[in-house]
This record gives sequence, structure tokens and C-alpha cells, in this order.
Amino acid sequence: MGGPWQYFVNNIDFVLQLTMQHIQLVGLAVIIAILIGVPVGIYLTTNEEVAEAVLQVAAIIMTIPSIALFGIMIPILSTIGHGIGFLPALIALILYSQLPIIRNTYVAINNVDPAMRDAAKGIGMTTWQRLKTVELPIAVPVIMAGVRTAIVLSIGIGAIAAFIGAGGLGVIIDQGISRTNRDMMLVGAIAVSVLAIVIDSVLGLLQRWLTPKGLS
Amino acid sequence: MNKNKVIALGFKGVFWILVLYFLFWAYTNGYFDILFNQTDEFTRLLRQHLMLVGLSSALAILIAVPIGIFVTRPAFRKTEWFFLNTANLGQTIPTIAILAIVMSYLGIGYQPAVFALTAFSILPILRNTVAGINSVESEVLDSAKGMGLTPWQTLIKVELPNAGMPIMAGIRTAIVMNVGTAALAYLVGGGGLGDFIFTGIMLRSNEYLMSGAVPVTVLAILLDQILRVVERVAVPRSLRA
Repeated sequence: MGGPWQYFVNNIDFVLQLTMQHIQLVGLAVIIAILIGVPVGIYLTTNEEVAEAVLQVAAIIMTIPSIALFGIMIPILSTIGHGIGFLPALIALILYSQLPIIRNTYVAINNVDPAMRDAAKGIGMTTWQRLKTVELPIAVPVIMAGVRTAIVLSIGIGAIAAFIGAGGLGVIIDQGISRTNRDMMLVGAIAVSVLAIVIDSVLGLLQRWLTPKGLS
Repeated sequence: MNKNKVIALGFKGVFWILVLYFLFWAYTNGYFDILFNQTDEFTRLLRQHLMLVGLSSALAILIAVPIGIFVTRPAFRKTEWFFLNTANLGQTIPTIAILAIVMSYLGIGYQPAVFALTAFSILPILRNTVAGINSVESEVLDSAKGMGLTPWQTLIKVELPNAGMPIMAGIRTAIVMNVGTAALAYLVGGGGLGDFIFTGIMLRSNEYLMSGAVPVTVLAILLDQILRVVERVAVPRSLRA
């Protein structure tokens, strides 16, 4: 491992700075996506017809290839002067994260054992109390699985966003390709893969930890 | 019509009106001009794109389905966790990273592009094949044995038809993903509609961007819908989920 390792050691500050940028982009996008997706998912459990429509539209958005979504968003956002850069990447990541988060929230709450719901009703809980103390804790592991999918997906798409000037670890790959610098390509590819794998594993542990003891 | 249905219809209606408005807006701004002025170039890139997707998907199916069948045979059960974990780990690795790795070892050209796309499509198909075959109920397998079917007959007549839905879904996922990844294959010298998109990014040209991005999007959504229909037709009626 002469070349790539050497490049990594020589440019460790650059790599770390881009890693931070990458985490910021993905983190912000997923936080916004959770703030939208979880309430929407909860609402959908009260309304089957709307649920079907929303999930259908989210699935269609998910089908759009990421580079094509960037290509579509740049002309739209350039009408407000943000065609290239952070904003199109952020919006794309939020859109892509909606399907896994909304779907998992909806499925998780819908799958709560009706007997438990009845029991909660039976001891006189209001709808709100039932949601907070029974349904959500039971649903958390599944919601968390959706968030995890969204984050891993976003890390990968975030790397492509470097090509439209959003920064992050994709920058090393982008520069490596345009300079045909093999070491840079490899360092960029490995860095973004390691980021994805490490965060996926950490979230896997978090998911287990968030599962209520009685349910594991 | 109840209130819920009205909200659902309204939601879908607003979505499609936005889509149509966007297409109309792009058209009146001349963003699709490239499609009309360079029709030959566009059809050439489209054909290249379809070839890339078709070839790599076909290769991926030919590799992944037999491996999936192989690891679910009783004698080789022990290898299952290895293949499944590798497939799961592989799906965590971002597409662009795989492209960059392939490119740094195999260089630029059509073959590296096909190789990268194939490698990426194997994972969802393999995972769904294994999951599908594993989900066949043991009662069904027992009754197949009881009827005197050989292991080979059980595979062809019982296991594969029962696992049809998940396997087809895996193939659909792989092909639709492939349409998007093939757009990135331009970077590896694979050509395809990514050519227009990346030219658009480099030249800051909305015309090139849209003439590449909108056809790729339409292609992905269209293939998804077509394959859903194929799924319904291909799987025996009693086994459709």
C-alpha cells in the first residue's frame, strides 16, 4: 500500500475536513427528514387512503436516479440563485430519506399488536398517551431501522453530490477522476466506504440499545 | 366519496400537477432543445445506456440466482452466512466508491463500466433469491418430499415458483438501480445518458442537464412499472402476494 496510503497520510487534514463536511450534509438532511417523516408516518396510520397515495409518491421519488435528480434540481434552484452547491444536495437527500422513514414509521405503528392497543384503551389512556407510552416505544426499533437505511443511502448519494459542488468526501473521488490520479480515487472510495460501514454498524448497535427490554 | 379519499386524490393531484408544470416550464424555457437538435446523439446515448443496463443486469441475474440456489442447498447451508454478509456489506458501500475502485484497477472504458454495474446488481438479486427460497414453508417442502419429488424436482417445481415474487422484486430493484448507476458510468468511460448530465454540470448548461436527467428519470420509472407488470404475469396466480 505505497501510493494511496502515502496520499492519505500526506493529506489527512483534507480528508478529515471533507469527512466532517460529509457528516454535516448527511446529518442535517436526515434530521430534517426525521422531523418531517416521523410525524407524517404517524398521521398516515390514521388514514389508509392517504397513506397509499403518499407512499406511492415517495416510492416514485425514490426511483429517480440520484444524479438525474440533481440534474433536475439545478435548473429549478438556479431560479433562486442556488443551482450548484449545498442546497440541491440537501433537498435531494431529504427527499430520498422520506420513503424509508415514512414507510417504517407507518408500518411499525400499524403493526402494534391490537391487543396492546386495546389494553391501553382499557386502562383509560387518551389517544395521545397511547401513542407516547405504548405505540411509539414499540415502534422505535423499526423506525430506527428506517433512519439507518436513510443515513447509509444518504452517505452514498452525498458522495455523488460532490460532482455538483456540495463538498464532502466525493470531492476526492471527483478530483481523482479529473486528474486521473489513482491514489486519490482509491482514498476517496475507501474513505466514503469506511464512513458508510462504520456508521451503519454504530446505528445497528443504537437500534438494539433503543429496543425496549421487554421487546427484545 | 369520503373525506380521506378526497385528501388522497388531492395529494396525488398536486404532485402530478407539479410534475406537469415543471415539464411545461422546462419545455418553454427550451431546456429540451438538445433532444430536438441533437436527436441522433441522443438516440445513440440512449441505446448505449440501454445496452449497459441490459448487459450488466443479464450478467448479474446469471450469476446471482445460481449462487442463491447453491447456498440454500442443505449441503452448502454453512456458506450462506458468508454470502449474505458479503452481500449486505457490499450494499453499504456507495456506488460511486465501487466505480472509483473499479476504475483505479481496470481503467477507463466499456468493460470496466459493465463490470462495475454487474458487481453492483448482483447484491439485491442474491439477497432476495436467498430470502425467497428460505421463506418457502417447511410444510410445503415436506409435502413435496412426501409426493416423491427428487431434490431437483422440488427446486424447479416447488421452491423456485414459491420464491418467484421476491426473486423478481430483487431483479426489478437491481435493474432500476442500474439505470441510475449507468448514468454515473459516464465517469468510467461507459457512455450513456450520463454524458449529457455531466456535460451539463461542467458547462453549467440547463439544456444538457435536463436533456440527460429527464430521460434517465423517465426510463427508471417506466422500467419499474413495466417490471411490476412482468412480475404479476410471471408468477403463478396462487402465489402472488
